[in-house]
Amino acid sequence: MTSSEILFDSPADPVVEGPVLQVEDLQVSFPSEAGRVHAVRGLSYEVSPGEVLGIVGESGSGKSVSSLAVMGLLPPSARISGSIKFQGRELIGRSDAELSKIRGRRISMVFQDPLSALTPVYTVGDQIAEAILVHRKGSVSKAAAAKRAAELLDLVGIPNAAERAKAFPHEFSGGMRQRAVIAMAIANDPDLIIADEPTTALDVTVQAQVLQLLETAQEVTGAGIVIITHDLGVVAGFADRLMVMYAGRAVETGKVDDIYSQPRMPYTLGLLGSIPRLDVGEKQALVPITGQPPSLTDLPPGCPFAPRCPMVVDACHTAEPPLINVDGSAEHHAACIRTGEIAATDTEGAEAAAEIFGAEVVEAAEIAKVPREERRVVLGLDALVKEYPVNKGVVFKRRVGTVHAVDGITFDIREGETLGLVGESGCGKTTTLMEILGLEKPMGGEISVLGTNVSELDAKRRKAIRRDMSVVFQDPMASLDPRLTIHDVIAEPMQVHGYGKDEINRRVPELMRLVGLRPEQLSRYPGEFSGGQRQRIGIARALALEPKLVVLDEPVSALDVSIQAGVINLLEELKSSLGLAYLFVAHDLSVVRHIADRVAVMYLGKIVEIGDVDSVFEAPRHPYTQALLSAIPIPDPAKERQRERILLTGDLPSPANPPSGCRFRTRCFLHASLPPEKQRTCIELEPPREVQALDHEAACHFAQIRQVL
Amino acid sequence: MTVILNEGDSAGTSGAASGSPVDAAPEPDKAMTRGRLVLIRFVRNRLALVGLSVIVVLYLMAFVGPLLSPWSYDQQDYTAFLQPPYADHVFGTDKIGTDMFALVMRGLQKSLIIGLLVALISTLVAAVVGATAGYFLGAADRALMWIVDLLLVLPSFLIIAILSPLFRGESWWLLVFMLAAFQWMITARIVRGMTLTLKEREFVKAAKFMGQPARTIIAKHIVPNMASLLIIDATINVGSAVLAETGLSYFGFGVQQPDVSLGTLIGTAAESATTFPWLFLFPAGFLVVFVLAVNWVGDGLRDALDPTSTRVRKREKKDTEEKAA
Repeated sequence: MTSSEILFDSPADPVVEGPVLQVEDLQVSFPSEAGRVHAVRGLSYEVSPGEVLGIVGESGSGKSVSSLAVMGLLPPSARISGSIKFQGRELIGRSDAELSKIRGRRISMVFQDPLSALTPVYTVGDQIAEAILVHRKGSVSKAAAAKRAAELLDLVGIPNAAERAKAFPHEFSGGMRQRAVIAMAIANDPDLIIADEPTTALDVTVQAQVLQLLETAQEVTGAGIVIITHDLGVVAGFADRLMVMYAGRAVETGKVDDIYSQPRMPYTLGLLGSIPRLDVGEKQALVPITGQPPSLTDLPPGCPFAPRCPMVVDACHTAEPPLINVDGSAEHHAACIRTGEIAATDTEGAEAAAEIFGAEVVEAAEIAKVPREERRVVLGLDALVKEYPVNKGVVFKRRVGTVHAVDGITFDIREGETLGLVGESGCGKTTTLMEILGLEKPMGGEISVLGTNVSELDAKRRKAIRRDMSVVFQDPMASLDPRLTIHDVIAEPMQVHGYGKDEINRRVPELMRLVGLRPEQLSRYPGEFSGGQRQRIGIARALALEPKLVVLDEPVSALDVSIQAGVINLLEELKSSLGLAYLFVAHDLSVVRHIADRVAVMYLGKIVEIGDVDSVFEAPRHPYTQALLSAIPIPDPAKERQRERILLTGDLPSPANPPSGCRFRTRCFLHASLPPEKQRTCIELEPPREVQALDHEAACHFAQIRQVL
Repeated sequence: MTVILNEGDSAGTSGAASGSPVDAAPEPDKAMTRGRLVLIRFVRNRLALVGLSVIVVLYLMAFVGPLLSPWSYDQQDYTAFLQPPYADHVFGTDKIGTDMFALVMRGLQKSLIIGLLVALISTLVAAVVGATAGYFLGAADRALMWIVDLLLVLPSFLIIAILSPLFRGESWWLLVFMLAAFQWMITARIVRGMTLTLKEREFVKAAKFMGQPARTIIAKHIVPNMASLLIIDATINVGSAVLAETGLSYFGFGVQQPDVSLGTLIGTAAESATTFPWLFLFPAGFLVVFVLAVNWVGDGLRDALDPTSTRVRKREKKDTEEKAA
């Protein structure tokens, strides 16, 4: 038996007509301290062979729980009722041993975190081979399975697959691990693949690769795919049908195009309106969905979205609306009693959302109207360098190499301006931030804050300068001390800088109001607030000393989209009313496009392109910027399907051993297409940063504009 | 409650919408604070509750009991030598006619107070040393960890035994410090490890970047976040300190005559344990009950504070099954 026969052999059972997966009235609940949590409350859906169903919802909407129920992977404390039919056979009530025969063979799963999905003590090849052997014991030899594993790794695009199959998971990068997990998922030619947030933990460029790969996997196996995500952008070009979940139920289902262009449930509208879009040039109004998802322990009667809905009427509180057909289409359903009125609005999609939710574009600050050259430089970096030694040996440490984390970067931020710093993880963004915030003498180059060179500071003046600069971190759970009340959290910077007690007590409630929270909540602890609220508290703390510059380290990437919009709006308002300057570090280019005035793209410790945000996004000159931009999904299925995607090959090279000449050349599609003599320029000469247009510089020998949006 | 906007006025409040309270936090009375959660989980553990009440009762007995008793520990009843328990002397008397109840209460008092003090001091030292070493690293870390390693390899019992002639006749405070000096090291190592993780947390970085000095960061952010570990550790330390003290006193190195502790009582009664059992059983019984109770409370606290504890999960399941049935 050849290995391809192993993969594509016909299943023992005759192929069943109809849907692969049929879920009907699924209910799942868990015990908790506060009472039973009804995580899934009557969910029904179907997946046909070869179909891609996207399940979208906020965290806690029950999307992951429902698919774990399909896999039979819920903890024993969960109570499940309803019906889950896989190829016509009921799965609920089957024993674990019976389900194990189906799991991994007919249904397979791709998890969010590729690191924990692989066992660290076995080689990747062995783990894939195990997936084959476990279901085909006897019919496949060990050697054949190992060979098949290598073929599968090759299929998912891992170079030198036979070699790499012998590597351990920690020797793989995040993207490669996810590929290995997908290889494992398709090893037995399954009929259904469930992908639970398969790209959330990955960089945008890798995300694009993985999505492409899932598409390939689907073509190869002909399986139905369920893709779970919180990001409406990810599924726009990939899914055929979409199901939006809220509070454990489907609130809208239908064809992808229908849902994106004519959403009929206010929640879907809000979700669509809350996503900043990469392809929208002029300032767009982001829709924040106020409030947070209801507690699933005891839901009040009526529509669970009613407390957050801008269109709520009294009737919404009487009964939970069922899914009904809308727009006369048999496939488009929404659970709202006012779908007709939504349909009647003149505008469609995100604009309708802005209208219904009443979002408005934030006015620019006064200071922003002054020409850039006339404004004061708040932060200036000049050829900043940060290197880490790589040491070997235990007793006698010797230096065996250097990690060039930041290798000579130059930029400045002026008053009332936002600079977005973007790049893949590992490109040196965080190191740059820590160097700026540390206010220590840099290893090379200069950092100046408000015109003061930090190398010349003594301890006293360094502390004084900290007043003008503050930071908001990425993770709202980790950035507030869980043992302090909100009052103490916000008061801390003022205590450090010697504010009087009366002044602190006056200013803390003021700051709470400024970030849109109620001062009555000051005596509570961070644990009692939601992610978005905590991020607001973090912002309040950052503003306590009235800084000139706020450094934002991925401030919204840990938040759900609906909450994210509110925080972005808040940041914009504060910038405009207080005349703040932001250094905004992010990997999400759509957010940067929305909030930044200028953008700097970093690659392996260097800035490859910098300039006015519109100029960089609309006419990117550097191939890396072009690839990054093309990797960002746009929440518009029609547009998304037509877009040409530049896929970068491979992963970021190690900063300990960067390529000679242009650092990007090893992954550059432009470099690959050049004649050899021109390629030599890339290999030998490091491209300098050259002015390409007004306020737009790029570091590429062969820079040319390429439209990617 | 959330401000409910209807379609009509949403346009008017649109400007505020983005900045308006992200409200809808769970209603205050329903909010599960961490403290309440821990309390609920602790109370659910019956053994821990029993342990806690036993400890309270023992402390009450040790300090209030002697006040109510007609006899004092340094007073002899020349009408009763080596009497088994009876109405006048509920715990009996020893060979010189001292009331055993008064004696045991006095011993319990001493043991409990030594146990409590040793636990407090050693946990405090552990927190300070561990957090300092973990936060500053470098030279401070190496020096402190060297001391920790050194103290760990020294046989503490032997050292205290050798040193005890030096503090013969001195106050029992010296014993407390000696015991504490040999009890903090392992906790200090754990604290150091936790500090290394906490140090990377963003709220510590935030404090650093706002210019907060290192000692304030340790006192305000690092140590309070290890409170659960420290509480559990202190609880269990009380038990082991009492055991160490009784062990030493039994061999005559700890609490010195004429003062008594449970250890000295057990020591003097050991040879007559079979002939005059009340002399031995009462102090030994109190010791066992106390150490057991302390360990139950420690276990209960650990389970209540550790959200991943499997024992609590099991109990939860059992509870829900009971409710379902």
